[in-house]
Amino acid sequence: MSDCNHCDGLSRSRLLHKAIAEAGRGLPAIEPGMPLPAGTGLSRRRFIAHGMGAALAVYGGSRLGFDAFHEGIAAAATGKPNQVLVSIFLEGGADGLSVLSPQGDPLYRTLRPTLGLSGGTPLTEDPRLFWHPATSGIAQLYGQNKVTVLPAVGYTHPDQSHFTSRHYWEVGATSTDLNTGWLGRYLDVVGSPDNPLQGVSLDDTLAPALATAKVPVAAITAPDQYDFSSNRVWGEVQDRMLETFGMFGAQPADPGLRTAGNIAVQVDRLRQQLLPFGQQDGKSGYQSPVTYPTSSDPFPDRLAGLAAMLGAGLPLHVVALSAPGEYDTHSDEAGALSQGLQLTSDSLLAFQQDLEARGIADRVLVHVWTEFGRRAQENGSAGTDHGAAGVGFLIGTSVTGKMVGEFPGLANGTGLDEDGNVIETADFRAVYSALLEQWLGVDAGRVIPGASAFQRPTLIA
Amino acid sequence: MSAVAMYRGPFGPAQAERLLWRAGFGPRKNEAAQLAKLGLEGAVHSLAYPGREHFVGPEPHDDNGHPLAPYDAWGQDHLWWLDRMVRTSRPLVERMTLVWHDWFATSNEGVGSQRLMIGQNELFRSHALGAFDRLLLDVTHDPAMLLWLNGTQNVKSAPNENYGREMMELFTLGAGRGYGEPDVRQNARALTGFRNDWKPSAGDVDFRYDPSYHDSGMKTIFKKTGAFTWKDSCRLCVTHPDHPSFFVQKLWSYFVPAAPDAATQRALEQMYVSGKYEVRPVVSAILRHPALYTGPRMVKSPVLYNAGLLRRLGRGIDTTSWVWLDSMAGQQLFYPPNVGGWDDTRWLDTATWRGRWWIAQYALSPYALDPGKPTQPDNAALLVHDALGFWRQPALGAGTLHALQTFAGNAVGDAKGQKWKQQQYPPMVQNALRHLIAVSPELQTA
Repeated sequence: MSDCNHCDGLSRSRLLHKAIAEAGRGLPAIEPGMPLPAGTGLSRRRFIAHGMGAALAVYGGSRLGFDAFHEGIAAAATGKPNQVLVSIFLEGGADGLSVLSPQGDPLYRTLRPTLGLSGGTPLTEDPRLFWHPATSGIAQLYGQNKVTVLPAVGYTHPDQSHFTSRHYWEVGATSTDLNTGWLGRYLDVVGSPDNPLQGVSLDDTLAPALATAKVPVAAITAPDQYDFSSNRVWGEVQDRMLETFGMFGAQPADPGLRTAGNIAVQVDRLRQQLLPFGQQDGKSGYQSPVTYPTSSDPFPDRLAGLAAMLGAGLPLHVVALSAPGEYDTHSDEAGALSQGLQLTSDSLLAFQQDLEARGIADRVLVHVWTEFGRRAQENGSAGTDHGAAGVGFLIGTSVTGKMVGEFPGLANGTGLDEDGNVIETADFRAVYSALLEQWLGVDAGRVIPGASAFQRPTLIA
Repeated sequence: MSAVAMYRGPFGPAQAERLLWRAGFGPRKNEAAQLAKLGLEGAVHSLAYPGREHFVGPEPHDDNGHPLAPYDAWGQDHLWWLDRMVRTSRPLVERMTLVWHDWFATSNEGVGSQRLMIGQNELFRSHALGAFDRLLLDVTHDPAMLLWLNGTQNVKSAPNENYGREMMELFTLGAGRGYGEPDVRQNARALTGFRNDWKPSAGDVDFRYDPSYHDSGMKTIFKKTGAFTWKDSCRLCVTHPDHPSFFVQKLWSYFVPAAPDAATQRALEQMYVSGKYEVRPVVSAILRHPALYTGPRMVKSPVLYNAGLLRRLGRGIDTTSWVWLDSMAGQQLFYPPNVGGWDDTRWLDTATWRGRWWIAQYALSPYALDPGKPTQPDNAALLVHDALGFWRQPALGAGTLHALQTFAGNAVGDAKGQKWKQQQYPPMVQNALRHLIAVSPELQTA
């Protein structure tokens, strides 16, 4: 199809992941024809998490995690509740000038003759800017003072490579020398050696921002899809078999073997942590108090699962997800952007309402980011090429709701740089530093290189 | 010209097995022992000059016994290539085809035609061990690539920078090495001129170069000025002084996990340039290098893991499940995550490890023993011994062996005093042991 291009490749692979998830659901949780679990140690229980009203199915061998889970709930109930940071990545470089269109800027129509948007809801803080119609969910939360807008966030000397710019954002520095993520380094400071859920990617693979040097982190496609079984192995033999993963960690110094051994240990721990969420009879191990958008994309289900895990007191701390949609819109931008934004925004609205219904909204802060914005002048393919500063949001009941950095306008020199790209009015490292200190409670100097150079905006009310 | 260091240690079945994993898709039954007899140089030569391709093993088919439809059925492009990895007599050619697929990572998500993707795959195969400059020229006007990176949308009146940028950043020079934003924009102009038509019945067709779509004006790229065309653009990138170092580092990284030392890097660069960008001698030198045999193990990619299990088992492609299983483990062929290709340093995490668990489960499924037919000894040590024999004595470390023995000992112990368990548990333990060995750190790496 001529309207497809590589930009689609950056995000549309998620269509494929949907198919995988579907196929994954078809995995036999138990072997056909296996005997009844009586006498084999296999059991299934219903469990009501304290105070949350969430019914959780617990099954598997009794010594296989139920006790650990029970203890985990008890610990979380008595311990100091953790703040949670959820990072949502709009992969591909979302067009900030469409997400918040500067219809009030006199140059907007000239730069965007075909892509220019009309009408919509203006931002109270800057009436030049209008919410994209597909972001009505975020706009609604903004009206409730639960959204802080970053209209032009980026860094000086912007790099227009997806990979380089994204890497900068992931490692929290404009450097290609770091191989741990900024959230991973934070966990290396405060994290625990035996809790992979402290840093979790709800994705097919681990988000690079969560890459740690020391402590374990996890990637799961969904909390209710983390089952393991084997051919013609069941009951207590299966329980014993799955316990063996943890023993694969005893490896010599070879880095390849150590990597494979360490991951097996993390799989073991994570499997036990997620046992209560496992599907039974094709039904999810959790329930949601609100309705999420229905989609073939896993994003809304993942947010629903995340809220359920938080509601059940599982020890999650920093979480990363990729938003649905195509944001690398070199061509035919209007439709693709609208579709992705709509599902992202509607899902985030449902997630916020879910957290509020569960009474845990004050624990959670969502950060929405993209690796760069797009060029102000549209290209000849009804799309836009790679730009510089882009749009970002902080969402939650704890945010100030006060814009961080202003929209610089579209005039050359003041609003746009010499390449015709939006100039940043907030630095992403300043935002990270402020999140670390004001939300997560650590000195940003321990996580962000050169943190002292950045003026922290006030992010938490 | 300084010579590239060569491995001088013993070259037995263990070294031959590592070579077969790095340069191919792992050994078939007895293959490592046979290759070892050739010695290091003979073994590398046999891989680099494999002769005409023939196929070993059962023909591929879907779950119903029907032949594969790689152009038409979703996912069967993946199966078609996986089968080639399993059955080929030219493993290094196939492995280099996979290298180029990752190097010039093109996804069918953006191309929308399995036929065009397989056409590109044949291009990679025909250039597998050839010259890089000719490969780059052919990739630049390959229809799948033209669609993927907007080559046919890059026209005189409205340049699209996509290919022009990635050509430098990802294919020839490396991010920020020896070029700037003005070079990207000028390069995009040089690359104009390609077009194609779209027909409702056939999709994207009739890819061609049309001079009237080309910007014939002067361009300045890498401080050189001329009325450059796409061929000049390729030539300028390959002859750029920063290209050989990029090429050698990237190629090396597919075979050896730690970067080459400075002397090796320099010698390989010289070999590459003086050999007029021929790939075969450089790859052969890497395959003979001491770092490959004495350095750390590499985590197998999901398709390498999968193809390797099937080669070891002597099993052909007989189910379409490999498509979603390999995807779950993080690698569906023809669908790299983005134009940067797969991240070879991060194959394993808690989600993709689970994908490998299921790959092993499906690979072992036809061999599972029936617990209703007690055939196995009620003895943990014998069960472990038999399971190692099933996998032809893989070299497992003490930690892994201890884990297997502990599991078998505990499970056999659980059955004590109950007759039905003493009959049914041993076959189950044997099934479990085979599966555990398949996902052990030793079998996930090579």
